[in-house]
Amino acid sequence: MRRNRRLTRSRAKWLAPIACAVALPIAAVSASGAVNWSNVTSAKAGGGFAALVKAAKAEGTLNLIADPLNWANYGEIISSFSKKYGIKVNDVNKLGTSQQEITALQTLGSQSRAPDAVDVGQSYALNNASLFAPYKVQTWNLIPAANKAANGTWANDYGGYVSIGCNTSIVKVCPTSFADLTNPAYKNDVALDDPPTTANSAFSGVWAAALANGGSFDNITPGITFFQKLHQIGNFVETPGLAGAITAGQTPIVIDWDYNNAATAVANKGKFKWTTAVPTDASFAAFYAQALSAKAPHPAAARLWLEYLYSATGQNLWLKGLSRPVELPAMIKNGTVNKTYLKALPAVAKPAKYPSLAQVTAAEAVVAQQWASSQS
Amino acid sequence: MGVAPFAVYVALFLGGPLYEVIYGAVTTTRGSLTWFNFSQTFHQPYVGAFEESLKLALLTSLIGGVFGLWLACAVVTAGPRSPLRRIVGSGAGVLAYFAGVPLAFAFIAALGRYGEATKLLQDIGINLNAGSFTISSLTGIFLCYVYFQVPLMVLLIIPALEGLRPEWHEAATGLGASTFGYIRHVAAPVLAPALIGAVLLLFGNAFAAYATAYALVGSSVNLVPGWIQQLISGNVLVDENGIGLALGVEMIVVIAIVMVGYAALQRRATRWLQ
Amino acid sequence: MRRRRRRRPRLWRVTILVLAAVFFLGPQVSALRYSFVQSNGENGLGNYTQLFHDSALGSSLVTSLEIAALTTVIMLALMLPTVVWVRLRLPRLAVVVESISVLPIVIPPIVMAAGLATLQSHASAQISSVIFTSPLTALTPFYVILAMPFAFRSLDVGVRAIDLRTLVDAARNLGAGWTTLLLRVILPNVRTAILTAASLTVALVLAEVVISETLLYDTYPVELVNTGQNLVGVAVALSVLSLAVTWLLLYMVSFIGNRDASRARIGRLL
Repeated sequence: MRRNRRLTRSRAKWLAPIACAVALPIAAVSASGAVNWSNVTSAKAGGGFAALVKAAKAEGTLNLIADPLNWANYGEIISSFSKKYGIKVNDVNKLGTSQQEITALQTLGSQSRAPDAVDVGQSYALNNASLFAPYKVQTWNLIPAANKAANGTWANDYGGYVSIGCNTSIVKVCPTSFADLTNPAYKNDVALDDPPTTANSAFSGVWAAALANGGSFDNITPGITFFQKLHQIGNFVETPGLAGAITAGQTPIVIDWDYNNAATAVANKGKFKWTTAVPTDASFAAFYAQALSAKAPHPAAARLWLEYLYSATGQNLWLKGLSRPVELPAMIKNGTVNKTYLKALPAVAKPAKYPSLAQVTAAEAVVAQQWASSQS
Repeated sequence: MGVAPFAVYVALFLGGPLYEVIYGAVTTTRGSLTWFNFSQTFHQPYVGAFEESLKLALLTSLIGGVFGLWLACAVVTAGPRSPLRRIVGSGAGVLAYFAGVPLAFAFIAALGRYGEATKLLQDIGINLNAGSFTISSLTGIFLCYVYFQVPLMVLLIIPALEGLRPEWHEAATGLGASTFGYIRHVAAPVLAPALIGAVLLLFGNAFAAYATAYALVGSSVNLVPGWIQQLISGNVLVDENGIGLALGVEMIVVIAIVMVGYAALQRRATRWLQ
Repeated sequence: MRRRRRRRPRLWRVTILVLAAVFFLGPQVSALRYSFVQSNGENGLGNYTQLFHDSALGSSLVTSLEIAALTTVIMLALMLPTVVWVRLRLPRLAVVVESISVLPIVIPPIVMAAGLATLQSHASAQISSVIFTSPLTALTPFYVILAMPFAFRSLDVGVRAIDLRTLVDAARNLGAGWTTLLLRVILPNVRTAILTAASLTVALVLAEVVISETLLYDTYPVELVNTGQNLVGVAVALSVLSLAVTWLLLYMVSFIGNRDASRARIGRLL
């Protein structure tokens, strides 16, 4: 099962920052002089970046969860971090969902195999801020204000657009919009990467289809109707468009995040060319959010991990995976962006807006109830 | 006394999780008793899911039972030391566990749009893709389920078949019966409890399965285990874990009914095959 | 009529055997060709050797084999005495015990996993740190439960095939205690059954995904699924390999067996 990541940019200011973040002391130095990194809210407060690196190396391990290696280039990010600092990274449940990440934090707490940091959908970050420890990375100011919690409990890390992936060996003319998909030429071609009732990427695909067909952030039904129509005219393939089905040619057109379609292209390089296009009639995007566990068993390593992710190196590695790192605007301005990777990003017709938490919840309920019957 | 360790172990390690499931289904997150979760399961889409699950299980267990029996007979009549018996016997043990993503992929590789079998059939003039057939459908799920149901049946029924004493066949033919008569009047009644018992197990097995269906058609086919997975670890924000557990309890109830039938039949079967 | 010992091939047998061969081998063969296409696009056996290059796959295989071994030992230690006891002293309880042992086949894995996850979250910190830290201690007890159905059946079949009463009486008369009885008298006589039960247990442990994934343990089958999300060829290669190896194992086990071929009453599981 693919991860499902819920992402919405929050306009819900009524979700107040959790008090614990504000109440923690800035300098968390215990009586004996050793730093308790669990309470440290920034590298400076812990005694400097070098001290952080030293403490992290001493801990020697980092527990991550639900980070598929081919998701936005996580594989390279994890291995380069591990190599650079000599820290062993345990990435469990690679195909897990945001919900499972939160559940792991709740059930495992501070046990040695509990996750140190999580990468979850936006609404999961907003709803579970009490599980996170506040921490502001050194590049905190490069993150736009709308993409982070003011108290540092979470921050967006990367995002992407709903896109249409296409196997050029099977499909002669690749579709560039949702309207294109209804073309009878695409009979038995179109698939979502996973069921929209479980995976956020597919759920977002349905919502994008809704936007392209007269829907809105308050009305996802046109999206369900659209896919029902695709099913009725025989264009829709029920099989989830995952690696095996794609390679076997069962799902030549897959709707998924642009960085996932990019990964598909890389995985099938020797076999066929897989293109990625953001639909011209709907721009639906979402960011994911990175957060530290308040009970992280390896607090220094977890903080170092965050520093790495938000450094130019880390952000560029996400860009390499064809996702849009949160610091992209700032990096373009100050020239730290990798121009080659930037050029490879799929073009976007119009900039995306983001639904609110309430709109997301409502839309999910609609999809959960209506999807199966719409496809029968 | 001798079964005490077994009983304790089962109570702990099977009973434990089951207790948690039942407890979670009847309590709220705050710990108070509630009927809410169960009441939700009596509405759509869960009722529809139960129908689909039961239909699929029934169909695949009957078909799997028939073909499994047929295959088992062919193998047993070859003799207990024959290579055929060994190969099929060991193969059944392996393929009964072959399910989920690898199974779905194998069938896509064989009967998908660009599958080997599809291409072969096209060569002899049968174009699967031109018709309405697709492996990404209930038909595909059905084929995949049969793929592990038949081996399971073979595993379950071979001991019963081999329990038929050759003396009975000799006695029957000695009294003038044909082989068909032997089957009808001696073998079938003796085997019936074991047969039905095996089919019941197949039913339970198919009813509980999900990974293969998911890999083949996502959640477009409405099945109960799919809902359980979704409610427990999916992405719906509201805490509907309890409904998932309630569905789980209901599945166990269905299974329990199946098992009572199974136990009753086994009692009859052992009487004959001692 | 007695001159030719080989029967004429009957149509009903040939039909089903051909059908079965096509139906069961066809998909495997079709999938196989994907295993020969390496990541770099060329044909070759690179996917098969990936096991040695990929440390995550390799270490998870070791972990899963350890779990399989421990599960088998515990399963045998638990089930063999139980089966013997039931057949010897409480034959009427046999149906009850068998019905219970069959339960794991029909309980949905996801329900079991959900219950286990809740169990784990309710466990105290001490229990958690001792049991739930390593998959070896966390998964094994529950895998024994999962292995019960076929373990019980094969052991039961094996025990029923020997003359249990006589063996036990003779051994007891010679002064054997229960341990000696089990280990040195009964065990050697049910070798096939034990090996069958063991092989099926190993097959189960190497295929079990749902519970390990839910409980966040990266066992070999879980890693296989992870690999399949990216490297389709490797996943297929390894799955076919596991299938072939387990098949071979079970096939070889079928040769170690009870002597008398003419005793067709012997209902072996294989």
